[in-house]
Amino acid sequence: MAFFARKSSSKRSGPSSHVSFLKYADYRWLKIASGLSALAILVYALVDVEPRHSGNSWYGYTLGTIGALLILWLALLGLRKRTIRPGQWTLKSWVSAHVWLGLSLIVVATLHCAFQFGWNVHTLAYVLMMIVILSGIYGICAYSILPKQLSANRGDMTQAEMLDNLRSIDRQLHDATQPLSTELANVIGASLNDDPFAGTILARLKNRYPHCPTHTAFETVGAASRNKASSDVDDIVRAAQLLSRKVTALANIRRHLQLKAQLEIWLYFHVPLTFALIAALTAHVVSVFFYW
Amino acid sequence: MTSTYKVAIVGSGPAGLSSAARAAQLGMEHILLEKTDHLSDTIFRYQKGKHVMATPSQLVLRSDFDFDAGKREKILQTWNDQAASQNVQVRYRSEVTAISGGPGAFSLKLADGESINAETVILAIGTQGNPNLMRCPGGDLPHVEYQLDDPTAILDEHITVIGAGDAGIENALGLAADPEQRNVVTIVNRSADFSRAKDANVKALTSAAEEGRITILTETSTNRIEPDHIVLDTRDGELRIPCNRIIARMGSAPPRGFVESCGIEFSSKDREAFPILSPVFESTAPGIFVIGALAGYPLIKHCMNQGYDVVEFINGNTNLKPADEPILEAKFSKLPGKRSVDEWLELLRTKIEILRDLTPLQMREFTLDSDVSFVRKGDVIFDRGAPGSSLFNVASGGVHVQVNPSDPSIVVPIGAGAMFGEVGLISGRKRGATVVAAEDSVLMEIPRNAALKLIATVPAVRRAVTRVSIERQLLQLFKAGLSPSDITEVVESAETISVRAGEAIIAEGDESYDIYVIRVGSMVVERTIAGKTVFISYLPAGSYVGEMALIEGGRRTASVRAAVKSEVIKLNGDAFRGLLNRNPALLERLKVDMATRKDVNAHIETMKSTFSDIADMYSSVASFLVENGIGEATDVLLIDETLCVGCDNCEKACADSHDGLSRLDREAGKTYAHLHVPTSCRHCEHPHCMADCPPNAIHRGLDGEVFIDDTCIGCGNCQRACPYGVIRMDKVPPKKPPLLNWLLFGSGPGPGEPNAKWAKKHGNPEAPKKAIKCDMCAGLEGGPSCVRACPTGAAIRISPEQFLSVSHMQKGD
Repeated sequence: MAFFARKSSSKRSGPSSHVSFLKYADYRWLKIASGLSALAILVYALVDVEPRHSGNSWYGYTLGTIGALLILWLALLGLRKRTIRPGQWTLKSWVSAHVWLGLSLIVVATLHCAFQFGWNVHTLAYVLMMIVILSGIYGICAYSILPKQLSANRGDMTQAEMLDNLRSIDRQLHDATQPLSTELANVIGASLNDDPFAGTILARLKNRYPHCPTHTAFETVGAASRNKASSDVDDIVRAAQLLSRKVTALANIRRHLQLKAQLEIWLYFHVPLTFALIAALTAHVVSVFFYW
Repeated sequence: MTSTYKVAIVGSGPAGLSSAARAAQLGMEHILLEKTDHLSDTIFRYQKGKHVMATPSQLVLRSDFDFDAGKREKILQTWNDQAASQNVQVRYRSEVTAISGGPGAFSLKLADGESINAETVILAIGTQGNPNLMRCPGGDLPHVEYQLDDPTAILDEHITVIGAGDAGIENALGLAADPEQRNVVTIVNRSADFSRAKDANVKALTSAAEEGRITILTETSTNRIEPDHIVLDTRDGELRIPCNRIIARMGSAPPRGFVESCGIEFSSKDREAFPILSPVFESTAPGIFVIGALAGYPLIKHCMNQGYDVVEFINGNTNLKPADEPILEAKFSKLPGKRSVDEWLELLRTKIEILRDLTPLQMREFTLDSDVSFVRKGDVIFDRGAPGSSLFNVASGGVHVQVNPSDPSIVVPIGAGAMFGEVGLISGRKRGATVVAAEDSVLMEIPRNAALKLIATVPAVRRAVTRVSIERQLLQLFKAGLSPSDITEVVESAETISVRAGEAIIAEGDESYDIYVIRVGSMVVERTIAGKTVFISYLPAGSYVGEMALIEGGRRTASVRAAVKSEVIKLNGDAFRGLLNRNPALLERLKVDMATRKDVNAHIETMKSTFSDIADMYSSVASFLVENGIGEATDVLLIDETLCVGCDNCEKACADSHDGLSRLDREAGKTYAHLHVPTSCRHCEHPHCMADCPPNAIHRGLDGEVFIDDTCIGCGNCQRACPYGVIRMDKVPPKKPPLLNWLLFGSGPGPGEPNAKWAKKHGNPEAPKKAIKCDMCAGLEGGPSCVRACPTGAAIRISPEQFLSVSHMQKGD
């Protein structure tokens, strides 16, 4: 929708152009990150380091210093995001730089260690860094694909409204249950007592709830409502209609929760592992200088 | 018949109370007539514990009663105590139904049949009016009530609420909110829909009905009321239902009818007009004085001061200076020439054309609201493109309007007595030209609200402003070296028309050839192609339309309809053709504009075959945005939901930039084609919120933002007036510990708006609630925080004319 692009007309609205964080400033940070990676590779290939490329050659130290500083700077995004001060900065530009420079770490760090791995704290730091980067790559993908689906699923409803809607159906369902037989009332009761937030994190991520009491109730009451001979068929049909609405509402909110979970899950790896990485990195740096 | 009082005071609000207190102090024979059984009903009816403000803060209180900002209960208690200790004579349950007689011998007829004789009458009845009463048989039974103080106190009852406006719906919802109360609530509405109520209320009501908590009866009226039942006329016949209590919320009749029946004239037929008053508050009916909200002063301090003053005047004190004298003195202190306040007021009134018909009292009021300043030759008064909606008047000296942005030497002079800045006032858009002082001058700047009030109350002002503004708007719009004399004929033929939202001024295929200038609001241009309505362009206030049919002949090629309630100037086609014939330069100019529009038409034509894609898309997105109020917006936050990850960092940033309260609700609001309009201020051209702000606390700032200043009294009028629900009433939460303390030690609630529990625990329970809305982060470097804090670039701020144009569609992909 390029027709919403805004001309930056005044000083105040300068950074408000309508492009995503990946494309920010015409891919400025992608260009810088690629340049940095290409330069690192070029030097690695052309410069002859004796006896061979390794972490403790002059080139290894150079790349190591760049990498360590980058990691620390990348981790500062967490602070930047939460420090809302006036000024000519946008979080979008920070995220853009974070993403592209973070990806360039793959090249910088791998060349720094010169493909020497082992069962030690040095490789631990490398592995942690790679896991952080991989979770970040998942995050980029999730941020590019999922928002559209999240928006389409929720329409004009907010999460609170979806829950209100569910509660309102529940209240009506509770009243509709009163004239029904104990058997049907128990089945519906199980649905009423079900917590939409219950279930494992895996169930939420996959949006699979195999023993959902609402579905059971929907099927049982639905079957009963087709038995026209029953004396209270009108009451049963009303309950069945309400259950059908509840099934739809539940599916809607569960899909919402699934997408929200998928958008957030990676941060639970990305952020704690960053702290682990910084700890391992500190151990790595200290030990290198200690044994030097 | 008892003795004759020196003064009878009708209404025991702040104004009435204060005058009764003064009369008591002076030892005047007085009586204070109150229609309810308690003092100051308006404040009595505030919700429990409401914090009452004391604005304007610079105004000194001059009254025998005390008043300071504080809780409703405390204020009422103080007044009750002081009324008793100062020997104020109050007669409760005394509604005055008619006033007859003349000076020295008035007779006030009361609803209970008694009458009161008095030499003078002070009317201080406010503007609330009386609730409309049930007129059916049984309407006077004791269980028929006209207000509901505490819905939670009513248990186990059958209740019928009559009237489905906001008040009725809110009462019904309150009564049925808690099933434990076991109330059976029925709401009765005369019409089939709920057109008078807010959308949110109607939704809540229908969902309550679906859940069986409330019964709604539409197209129903009351036939009669019996002690335990009510009989209703429904569409399907008579219905008798059990009923222990009836709450009738059928609106109220404004007191104007009663006031006019006393022989008091109003300044105009306008709904907002006030009675005509002398400098001592005497109305056109000699011996009857009008003070308080009814006189146009809704603030408590004003009311109390007037109560004091009016009794002093009646008692013969002619030397009393109004309590606002020091404020005016301060206003005039920077001006050259040592004149007294009265001399300055008289000078301004006689020099400035539009103020000539004002009474000295009105003059005082407008001057209090306005700024009077002295400018030196060459000073810039405002720049082209600056936001501003105040009206300027030249009291002495003169100014130059720079009409051509590229050549400041081309100027139109405006001399003493004349006004300028009226285009900004009327259209709500930015200033169209730079204005500089041509010599040392004294200028009076009347802010938007005061100016609008002036236009509404004084017909001569309205006529003058309309004429001048049409003339100037045409000169500015068409430029091309026109002079006022060139366009006299066109201006004479001009007609101002108000257009409802959605109404068309030009219909495609019509044979008319008049030209329209949009004065207020905005319009959308549409064409019907292959049976579909296609959005072509958006015209903000200050643009013109309709020249194509005039210049080229033929039928109208597109329809033009109002996006919001608008006002257009219709220029007679023949008169305008005459103008074009005399001014070839103007014709050339119009032809250039027309060429651009024809390009657009041609472009739309070429897209005929591929309508499923971009044009269709653009057209529907544009209509969606216009429907959501973007047509009257000047700057609006949109969220591209293909990028929004729902992190709510925008809301957190908003709260952290403004005392810890977020002014935007990201998730709420409508979405179309992944374009989301969140609940956030649109900074309308003519802000609905400004319409009725008692302390006049809502303004348009330097960057075009609409903001609320510190004088907010927390009355909630703006919140109710905003059609987009973007104003919230809340108290400022306490300061949070620094971010690092939260990150490292978990102290405080973290970034964003603190949760209610934390704010309550650490906050000041006495803190007043105030109106909170977006101020576009005015004054903060870098601009709006919501946009800067968006990590993915989903949040954007736009103004309508920047994107509702086809040039964007042509670029679109």
